[in-house]
Amino acid sequence: MTNDTDQATRDQSREATRDQRPKRTAASVGACRGLGSKTAKQGKTMTGAQAIIASLEAEGVDTVFGYPGGQAIKIYDALYDSTQIHHVLARHEQGAVHMADGYARSTGRPGVVIVTSGPGATNTVTGIATACMDSVPLVIVTGQVPRGAIGTDAFQESDIVGITMPVVKHSFLLQSTDELTATFREAFHIAVTGRPGPVLIDVPSDLAGSQMVFEYPDEVNLPSYKPTYKGNAKQIRAAVNRIAQASRPVFYVGGGAVISDATDELIALSEQLQIPVVTTLMGKGAFPASHPLYFGPVGMHGAKYSNLALTESDLIICCGARFSDRVTGKLSAFAPHAEVIHIDIDPAEIGKVREAQIPIVGDLKGVLMGMLELVEKGEGKPDTKIWLEDLSNWRDRFPLYHPNVGDNEASIVPELVLQELSDQLDPENSIVVTEVGQHQMWAAQFIQREHARTFLSSGGLGTMGFGFPASIGAAIANPGKQVVCVAGDGSIQMNSQEMATAAVNGVPLKLMILDNRCLGMVHQWQKLFYGERYSSTLLESNPDFVKLADAYSWQAERVVDPAQVPAAISRMLAAEGPYLLDVVIDRDQNVYPMVAAGAALGDLFGAIDVAVGAVRTDVPGAASADAPAREASSPCATLDAQFGGRWEINPEDKEARTGVKVNGRWVSAEAAQAAALADAEALLAADAASVADAAGVANAAGVANAAAAEAQSADTAEEE
Amino acid sequence: MSERKHVLSVLVENKPGVLCRVAGLISRRGFNIESLSVGPTEDPTMSRMTAVVQADDVAFEQITKQLHKLISVYKISDLTNDAAIERQLVLFKVSAAPERRSEIIEIANIFRAKIVDVGKNSLTIEATGDDEKIKGLEDLFRAYGIKEIVRTGKIALSRNAKE
Repeated sequence: MTNDTDQATRDQSREATRDQRPKRTAASVGACRGLGSKTAKQGKTMTGAQAIIASLEAEGVDTVFGYPGGQAIKIYDALYDSTQIHHVLARHEQGAVHMADGYARSTGRPGVVIVTSGPGATNTVTGIATACMDSVPLVIVTGQVPRGAIGTDAFQESDIVGITMPVVKHSFLLQSTDELTATFREAFHIAVTGRPGPVLIDVPSDLAGSQMVFEYPDEVNLPSYKPTYKGNAKQIRAAVNRIAQASRPVFYVGGGAVISDATDELIALSEQLQIPVVTTLMGKGAFPASHPLYFGPVGMHGAKYSNLALTESDLIICCGARFSDRVTGKLSAFAPHAEVIHIDIDPAEIGKVREAQIPIVGDLKGVLMGMLELVEKGEGKPDTKIWLEDLSNWRDRFPLYHPNVGDNEASIVPELVLQELSDQLDPENSIVVTEVGQHQMWAAQFIQREHARTFLSSGGLGTMGFGFPASIGAAIANPGKQVVCVAGDGSIQMNSQEMATAAVNGVPLKLMILDNRCLGMVHQWQKLFYGERYSSTLLESNPDFVKLADAYSWQAERVVDPAQVPAAISRMLAAEGPYLLDVVIDRDQNVYPMVAAGAALGDLFGAIDVAVGAVRTDVPGAASADAPAREASSPCATLDAQFGGRWEINPEDKEARTGVKVNGRWVSAEAAQAAALADAEALLAADAASVADAAGVANAAGVANAAAAEAQSADTAEEE
Repeated sequence: MSERKHVLSVLVENKPGVLCRVAGLISRRGFNIESLSVGPTEDPTMSRMTAVVQADDVAFEQITKQLHKLISVYKISDLTNDAAIERQLVLFKVSAAPERRSEIIEIANIFRAKIVDVGKNSLTIEATGDDEKIKGLEDLFRAYGIKEIVRTGKIALSRNAKE
């Protein structure tokens, strides 16, 4: 907690930095970070491979992640002589790309990867797609078979430019050494400017071997690539005027705010206008969690009060977010009262999912600065007093966790583990990286972050196996910071080989596994929506993670007793080298609250409502009036009826629900008719038949189903 | 919102792989390309692609925005609503017994089409024009029996009045 003096100093330093910083433009953002043409190697004759390394050096690259191979051997030979570039040898090319990704996300500088052709190149695809979805700047150099052999199905040949085309921002197949240096300059420029993304350079090995004169350019010549940085002044004025009219405005902040480094402007603007702020998973950290105007994470597992902030809002100011389907839920019911001001550097995001009344294409930082100037000049401000009171009340009423919620006291509660971790971490000096799954959502809910680039997670692609290698990259890029990877027992096994990389490079990484011996997120869906049919989600034969860590010369510990958790976390954070903490949690813990995919954002279940006591409300399967009952025979049928068979991912969502709500559960129109008929028949037959029989015939009486469900879960428990 | 045909004129870098990028992007976003033609422009470093896609207005806007994001794309013009000249070239191989040849040649002449090959029992006719003209010609030839048709993609250019 900061006192007033601290606050004042912070304000002052913020203002000072705001004035000092050069305006962000494509030229300034994309400028060479190294010596460029002033490098000592300029004008020297060298091989293509040496020129590649010299280009990376000219770009100021200090770390490269990769894996050698036949067609990359010349590049690796040249790398051997570099004193500037530290190469981190991953144990799998996918790991290398995620490491570079973690490096890039935590610093804002482009991550660089070198791999060989064929399988080396194809192994990078998931990493590249992950970076592309989350707009992370990467430069990936792939070896390729010699030009003469391309197209002949040569050994370890793959058309990596073709394979990655849909998941890169841009790619180059190097055709001649004449274009080598310009290609590298362009690749770095394209990767970091505009909406950042991965850029791939495919280098045929004969080019790596040919002689050339190294001439590194400082400028790029890309007439067809001119990202818009400066927001339209008219639109900015319109936005400020519109905000002044709003009564329930909200800043909806995404990853764009992190990329554009817009935290200071966001804080200043929200304070000046007294507008609450919610963040997406990608935007986490772009606004300090301790700030009184911060109202938490939105989306499928966002807080109820955060989701209500969007749902009840009359004006959403979208700052570098993209109305992803994980945030909006059922699109036609998303924020029904709101107009939208959409600020994004990528014009294609504006109007893609949600119509924007005031679109502003430009760099978020600059646009917010422009808005701030107008506001400081005394343009009107909205009156948000009542709105903020409402939100504060909701925040008190719907907390993300409550100690009396009735979780099993004998086992470790994951929510509390993450709360404890959050409390023990220094927010000024730590980075939390997550894998993908339940633990990721708990981390998003409970790890409090004060700064951008201190919470790294695979948002768009949801890549299991991302977090652990990414945390190695982040730790290498930030040697002074405490880096903690929160993983699940499923995710960690996707790239656990990188424990060797961490050990060899002496990366003091902390790896905390929330170990529920199942693929928790899918398990949760199976539990809630698929009649507890746990198809392929139980990880019975997990390795002993402590022994595994030991095999890689890591320190490790397992904790089973809830009382031991705080001490175990302290030991982990205090350890010097890499450390694994295996936290054994209950298999049946669900992530709540939850918006079922295809349901409206405000329509969450499992939120705690302290107004009715410390209980989770509207949980399916629980004996609550509105809870959708479980369909024993065909678990998919209910969902299909409810969401017209499009429940899984439904960004379009332009049609109305086709189902009908009967006794609080969704069924198809036909099924409802049939059930009504059956009900009528059952009434007629009531004299003759017993009530229990009738319930069985009518196939859906909630009570009977709930009872059956209870019996079923009891069975499962016994089996375990 | 109703789907309709849109004619897109896309100016791109004349480099290998660019066609693949443009076509891949359009199909990846779930749109069908009805016709596509590519060729170099007055500037040899650039090519012009003319693509015809079926889409509603919102989806079409999304395609153009996404295409703009490709580094290789310089400029996109929507020639759907503009006063634009559209042409495609079609070759018809029409069954033509010797006694009916003159009728077919007559029709071709009316449409300013050219006879480019004469076989024992067929005529090959080259025609250029917009959709309507080609359709009209096709309907007429159908009465004689069309053995084969091959057509280029549509190309389009905005009219001078706009400049």
